Amino acid sequence: MSRKMSGASSLVQSLESAGVDVMFGIPGGAILPAYDPIFDSSIRHILVRHEQGAGHAATGYAQVTGRVGVCIATSGPGATNLVTPLADAAMDSVPLVAITGQVPSAAIGTDAFQEADIRGITMPFTKHNYLITDPNDIPRAIAEAFYIAGTGRPGPVLVDIAKDALQKETDFVWPSQLSLPGYHPQLEPENQAIKDAAALIAQSSKPVLYVGGGVIKANASKELMQLAELVGAPVVTTLMALGSFPDSHPQHFGMPGMHGTVGAVTALQKADLLITLGARFDDRVTGKLSTFAVNAKVIHADIDPAEIGKNRFADVPVVGDLKHTISALIPAIKAEFAKGRADLAPWLASMNKLRATYPLGYDAPKDGSLSPQYVIERISALTGPEAIYVAGVGQHQMWAAQFVKYENPRTWLNSGGLGTMGYAVPAAMGAKVGAPDATVWAIDGDGCFQMTNQELVTCALNNIPIKVAIINNESLGMVRQWQTLFYEGRYSNTNLESKRVPDFVKLADAMGCVGLTCDRPEDVDAIIKKANAINDQPVVVDFRVFRDAMVWPMVAAGTSNDDIKIAREMAPDWDSQEL
Amino acid sequence: MSTHTLSVLVENSPGVLARVAGLFSRRAYNIDSLAVGPTENPDISRMTIVINVESHSLEQVIRQLDKLVNVIHIAELKLSDSVQAELLLVKISATSKNRFDVDAVLDTYGAAIVDEDADSMTIEATGDAAKISDLLNALERFGIRELAQSGLVAIERGSGSLADRTLSTQSIPTADSGQADYQN
Ligand SMILES: Cc1ncc(C[n+]2csc(CCOP(=O)(O)OP(=O)(O)O)c2C)c(N)n1
Ligand SMILES: [Mg+2]
Repeated sequence: MSRKMSGASSLVQSLESAGVDVMFGIPGGAILPAYDPIFDSSIRHILVRHEQGAGHAATGYAQVTGRVGVCIATSGPGATNLVTPLADAAMDSVPLVAITGQVPSAAIGTDAFQEADIRGITMPFTKHNYLITDPNDIPRAIAEAFYIAGTGRPGPVLVDIAKDALQKETDFVWPSQLSLPGYHPQLEPENQAIKDAAALIAQSSKPVLYVGGGVIKANASKELMQLAELVGAPVVTTLMALGSFPDSHPQHFGMPGMHGTVGAVTALQKADLLITLGARFDDRVTGKLSTFAVNAKVIHADIDPAEIGKNRFADVPVVGDLKHTISALIPAIKAEFAKGRADLAPWLASMNKLRATYPLGYDAPKDGSLSPQYVIERISALTGPEAIYVAGVGQHQMWAAQFVKYENPRTWLNSGGLGTMGYAVPAAMGAKVGAPDATVWAIDGDGCFQMTNQELVTCALNNIPIKVAIINNESLGMVRQWQTLFYEGRYSNTNLESKRVPDFVKLADAMGCVGLTCDRPEDVDAIIKKANAINDQPVVVDFRVFRDAMVWPMVAAGTSNDDIKIAREMAPDWDSQEL
Repeated sequence: MSTHTLSVLVENSPGVLARVAGLFSRRAYNIDSLAVGPTENPDISRMTIVINVESHSLEQVIRQLDKLVNVIHIAELKLSDSVQAELLLVKISATSKNRFDVDAVLDTYGAAIVDEDADSMTIEATGDAAKISDLLNALERFGIRELAQSGLVAIERGSGSLADRTLSTQSIPTADSGQADYQN
């Protein structure tokens, strides 16, 4: 079936055929032909205020729905504004399709007005990308882009389309088959690998499940629960995996890594077997690699074969989709256990004791000011685990990882790999569009908020009532923390003065949101309840918190996880622990 | 650190060289040489890449390369089971006086004169890296004015063909690639 139409109409038809229901973008010269058919399309187009916002919104949408997020921009500056969210999506394996207009094909390479080689620019951090100059190629490129973005290890795909390809007449033919000779994600794990893994698990007396974001991408939380309860091992969930396994579960040891719990960090360090599921041995988790979990054998299950052996040797590599892999592991482990298994009791006893001795905590500020951790704890308690929490990057992000109680997958969104300040507001917007019935709280820093808050205008005008908690410590707090610890308290350029300027309440009001402020512990609950009760407008709460609060525990960058500190110059009391 | 020859079949599509070169550069893999050319199939090009693997394992390089959507197949060609050759064009200072000496060298290496004038001649030779380097050493005494050398190309010994083995690709029905199918 083919129909004559413009390349632009063919693009919009293709997006509809790919199942797109919403996209975020801003028009401009080169992409303008596409905006004419968009006007009539069933696809909801949300007009953002900055293309970076479009990209992160598409990410937020993708993270909560599991669907491919879509953003669209014009050539040159429109396209380069997408660079940060594309890099962000690549690092966190988010399925995105970005559509950009390009200057007319005859002008490509001439430094034409608003020309930027966005295909070249984004090659390092897209899963794949296209430059389309022939309108007949549009449907195939779009179909491939969605397939590549959403399958295997998800990731961003960019389709750059020359303006004349949008303007010319073409036949719209939605391909019934795709041919991608170089792209074959392996979903089914090899039998032998599953058997080997099961055998190692049965022999291990100190196993840990090291769970990464891949479990969420694979929608494998149910399978993970069965596996965890079968094996009985401590479960640690990385920053990208929070919510994949309930915080309330007795086997949950929290988050490992630079700001992980003593229990999680130590369980990994002392384990004799890491059952690694969709995690990638990132430096923020391993600390100094050569001292990471030195006595552990490694089972590494991931859909991306290139992750296996990249940072840490895998004794048993298992390539496959985690849902399939875990489902295959369960009966294999049962069969091994039927023959016998190592005793975990001493390991569990010592780890449980350690966890009980070093729970996450914080001291209330001595001056009676508002504790940032307390604010975050109360937002979680009063809003509950069905809500979606979205963080920026910095101290508030780590506190949101530590003090919000996560029970469900796809309820915690953050920029883990790239660490993109400015992620929270637009990602929360996209999350709310993807899950309109959920309460969405952005827990943002005063620094991060000032990078992308303009998307609150988009939220206000498009009935996207998100809530934003600004954890206002009037500083680039995480950087300031490093200055406190490693630069003798020389606070070079980290003072934002944001308790003075801007006035966040007025700013919120100006953007069509409800602005609230809170600086006393006794008001926190009432303000959160008030914010939670508002559902017809975005809400911004300026929580004016204690400036000198720090994120603990901490493993300083480049040092060993064995050197974890629970407070400044304070290591856990290892001698009293039998490990 | 050791040298490996990879034969990489790639889709003959724009940008594929940039993708491969970019991957090597951003992941800090050392390329000794890279040669790209057509294959018996017009849709497919072959890149012959000689890499020096230091801290990254060869396997890691291959897996990262394999992630590029345009890369169809990668095979390591060992010296023992492949034929490998580089092309050398070298311009030396030579006159009718030492022509006899030059000819003797060229005979030894099966090289040929492809251009000459009063005080120079250009020589063409093919062969593996060792042969080419020996030839260059032998020609040094005549004075090397300029040289151009290609990257290594290599092909498996025997009757097999990489492309035959890899191109039986299945198509993916687009119904499986639709947006709705990714929903939880
Ligand atoms: C775009 C970007 N620029 C700079 C940084 C470096 N950086 C990391 S955390 C941080 C401070 C963030 O400040 P704020 O949003 O107020 O959060 P806080 O740490 O105070 O909670 C900075 C500057 C970054 N991660 N991203
Ligand atoms: Mg701050």
